Amino acid sequence: MAWLNQVVQITLVNLRSLPQRLGTSLVVVIGIAGVVGVLVSVLAMAEGFRHTLTSAGRPSRVIMLRAGSDSELSSGVVRDQATLLASIPGLARDAEGRPLASPELMVMVDLPRKGESHPNNVPFRGVGPAAFAVRDEVRIVEGRRFTRGVREVIVGRQAAQQFAGLGVGSRIGFRDSDWTVVGIFASGGDVHESEIWADGDVAMSAFRRTGYQSVTATLADPSDGGFSALKAAVARDPRLSINVLREPEYYAKQAGILSNLIRVLGYTVAVFMALGAAFGALNCMYSAIASRQVEIATLRAIGFGGFPVVVSVMIEALLLAFLGGVVGGALAYLYCDGASLSTLNFSTFSQVAFAFRVTPGLLAQGLLWALAIGVAGGLFPAIRAARIPVAMALRAA
Amino acid sequence: MRYLPLLWAGLFRRKARTILTILSVVISFLLLGLLDAVTVAFESGADSADAKRLLTTARYSIIEPLPLSYLRRIEQVPGVTGVAHADWFGAKYQNESNAFPVFAVDPRRYLAMYPEFDIAPAHLEAFAATRTGAVAGRRLVDRFGWRVGQKLPISSEIHARADGDLNWEFDLVGVIDAEDPAVRGNTDVVLINVAYFDEARLTGKGKTGWYIERVVDPAGARAIAAEIDRRFANSPDETKTQPEKEFAIGFAKQIGDVGALVTRILAAVFFTLLLLTGNAMAQSIRERIPELAILKTLGFSDGKVTALVLAEALLLMGLGASLGMAAAAGLLPFVNESTGGRFPPLFVSGRTWVVAAGLAVAVAFAIGLPPAVRARRLRIVDALAGHR
Repeated sequence: MAWLNQVVQITLVNLRSLPQRLGTSLVVVIGIAGVVGVLVSVLAMAEGFRHTLTSAGRPSRVIMLRAGSDSELSSGVVRDQATLLASIPGLARDAEGRPLASPELMVMVDLPRKGESHPNNVPFRGVGPAAFAVRDEVRIVEGRRFTRGVREVIVGRQAAQQFAGLGVGSRIGFRDSDWTVVGIFASGGDVHESEIWADGDVAMSAFRRTGYQSVTATLADPSDGGFSALKAAVARDPRLSINVLREPEYYAKQAGILSNLIRVLGYTVAVFMALGAAFGALNCMYSAIASRQVEIATLRAIGFGGFPVVVSVMIEALLLAFLGGVVGGALAYLYCDGASLSTLNFSTFSQVAFAFRVTPGLLAQGLLWALAIGVAGGLFPAIRAARIPVAMALRAA
Repeated sequence: MRYLPLLWAGLFRRKARTILTILSVVISFLLLGLLDAVTVAFESGADSADAKRLLTTARYSIIEPLPLSYLRRIEQVPGVTGVAHADWFGAKYQNESNAFPVFAVDPRRYLAMYPEFDIAPAHLEAFAATRTGAVAGRRLVDRFGWRVGQKLPISSEIHARADGDLNWEFDLVGVIDAEDPAVRGNTDVVLINVAYFDEARLTGKGKTGWYIERVVDPAGARAIAAEIDRRFANSPDETKTQPEKEFAIGFAKQIGDVGALVTRILAAVFFTLLLLTGNAMAQSIRERIPELAILKTLGFSDGKVTALVLAEALLLMGLGASLGMAAAAGLLPFVNESTGGRFPPLFVSGRTWVVAAGLAVAVAFAIGLPPAVRARRLRIVDALAGHR
């Protein structure tokens, strides 16, 4: 246990002398804070986007698209098919025996972001009467639901925040139709909060459509058996050429490309920044050791071992790194968490609004990176410190 | 130049420290080179836009189709010297949605509209003459290992053939390419013959996605755009015509402010770099105070000593910045190869070199000035006596 005591003693001496090296030590802390801050915020963006898309999916729900289509925009389901799909066995029914299936059409409308003038592809969804029973997570947070048969819309919370002129009571004009915003809805932060919803039949006539894009429905039996039975029933009907997907599968596909792109960007930047910060840490620890050369040699001369010296230098480096990691994580959390933005999802060609999500997992990952930089920056100087021949180090003074 | 050996000796007085510092500078500029290339790629649509081209889309949403019959009516608009059109095919290749864009076009009209695309005359002839013909961008051909003359099986997510089948097959008869790296990204497409496509498809016959017009004088572009839209006003298919550049900017805006994101990341990088190199520089000068005093004793003026310290900072940043930018320029071709046309080609543009040079000088002054001022104020006696 003697060496443990030695480690504690030397470390305490090191730490007490830290204020004399405040400048260089701060450089390490701030450098690492920068790396962790950037890493955590970029990954929080990817995470927020992924969460927004994937949380829209429930395994108990299915989305039915035309066979061959991977997104609603490229899909087409004609009225007759939609009627057939709603009556297919295997779907849940409400108290009155009506199927929990909502045939939906999707069009893009042009709306500028707040404070801008360029148009954006905002998804406009015409939903069936069962939509609110199928998606029971949808809650009106302001105003009321649209009345069926009337040109009224409700707007997702995120869309209302991002795009101009979507407050309750405002009127929006698309094509030759005028719509009134009567409510704002929330749906647990998922992708539907970026959408505008209206009555499907009204939307169909206003946008001169003749068919739907998809049918979303609740499974009577959400187990794999129930799902396969439904799939088989759809496949058996020669009038239908329809692909049935569980929602999580559908939404995971749509999140894929963009969240991977953001993540690759985040990691690339972080790897390079971490390298830069490690060089900085190396510099700092080398100069810390150079300035304490005599002190370390004296310790060794009076009987302290080389190993405790290595450990103590490492502890100092790790401590600074940890501090940097905490500062970086805290900055990312303060500045980014919950901040919302919107972008064009290439997979759906429509705008998705989402919020940065700084999760505990990301913060932990940031700290790990910080410590790794600390190890990289501390190890060689520590070994150098332990290796300098005592006599030479003392003579240098 | 006379002082270069002296500067060099001063810079590499402590080899390890200087090399580590230069490495952090290299990394910072490498990141600048890489990230700015991403911004440039996002903005390249606007940069490579031709001021003599206009784009007409459906007024209320760019995904709505327009009638093909508008072609003749747009051609009659005074000032319009050429019209082309294209339709979105919604390609799915090897089960990957939107692996690349496929446009159904009139071969001669479309390729005449984009003179910056290079195509062999024989290929253009073959494309115009083959109903099931297709031409593809060089980078796509390389990525998938296609050969001219082969069959190209592509599915559509939107358009079925008359028998309801979504699988199409085309004959690859030519390759398009572009010299300018900023334009090359626009050639990552497959073009098919609209005459065949429109006849063979089940739905949407007689429609196209958008029109492209060429005008003689960019100054009159706006008036011509307004005139085109006026001709289709109050029809079931109203139009929105805008200069190509405006359209490209609008589209880039849809994705969001990539530039602002990159700027924020780089700000964090360079703030850290400033601290790091500033600290190393200050430390290095502090250690050399007696040496600077000796220089002054030898007759170096205050101004000269100041200049020497500043020049050292400039040399440090210059070395690091040029190595970093060279590394970025050397690395990007490999990045492009690995993305293989899924992403527009990245390259270090002239603008980035200018920004890098400016930043290098700015950082050099920021980290060099405080120690330089200190060196200037140095009194020989104090410096020689006081140190140690």
